Amino acid sequence: MVRFWPPIRSKEPVDPDVDLHVPAQRRELRFPQSPVVAVVAVGGAMGACARYGAGLLWPDAPDAFPWTTMTVNAVGCGVIGVFMVIISDVWAAHRLVRPFFGTGVLGGFTTFSTYANDIRRLVEHREARTGLVYMVLTVLVALAAVWIGSALTRRVVEWRQQ
Amino acid sequence: MNWLLVIVGAAVGAPARYLTDRSVQARHDTLFPWGTFTVNVIGSFVLGLVTGAVSAGGASGHVQLLLGTGFCGALTTYSTFSYETLRLTEDDAWFLGAVNVVGSVVAGLGAAFTGAALAEAIWP
Repeated sequence: MVRFWPPIRSKEPVDPDVDLHVPAQRRELRFPQSPVVAVVAVGGAMGACARYGAGLLWPDAPDAFPWTTMTVNAVGCGVIGVFMVIISDVWAAHRLVRPFFGTGVLGGFTTFSTYANDIRRLVEHREARTGLVYMVLTVLVALAAVWIGSALTRRVVEWRQQ
Repeated sequence: MNWLLVIVGAAVGAPARYLTDRSVQARHDTLFPWGTFTVNVIGSFVLGLVTGAVSAGGASGHVQLLLGTGFCGALTTYSTFSYETLRLTEDDAWFLGAVNVVGSVVAGLGAAFTGAALAEAIWP
């Protein structure tokens, strides 16, 4: 019997950027902030460059469906699903790995502001229907990507632990 | 030069998200992800303002790369937003998850339109 809904792992925080409900992350308040802020900045710059590069390679036309932005967001959501399971359940990583990759790289790569303004731009170009489809489809694809990413990774982790 | 503008903007935007998220959480101990919600709405507003200013001729393409692609792009996040929604539904907080999705999209869109309208008012 294939279980589609993965078990709840309370070890995983709700907020992958920083979740003060998690004791280890509450300790980030006491640690000197500068190393965390520095790795988030470096990771964010790397993620943003990857997103900018994708936009240069596959530019979205102002009145057409923004495939590049949607793909970038979907990929980032899939990767964070995989990453958060690994960092929470498998890999006792250095405390700067999650801020660097999860908060920095993936947060800098994906973007909500471009998503919102893509919809606005499509409406202003009299492409409201495309804007509506894009608005809903991005949410569905992003949620599917993060769910599939974490569910598959959990299954692989469980399989390897048996 | 263009890449440098994106790098500088993002190197400020991503830590701004981390610090905003953390300070919001330190003040409001709720399950609802107010921190991410806040940065996504603010970033959508600023990007609307910047994009509006650029198309009205009030700002250059360099400003778009620095503040738009770099700062707003890194300040806001879709990966954190969707991961938080997933975790809320896993913790059986389905209602909060739905509110997070609908609320973020509605508030983000409203902020984007408001920013663009403000740009039109400033640079007619």
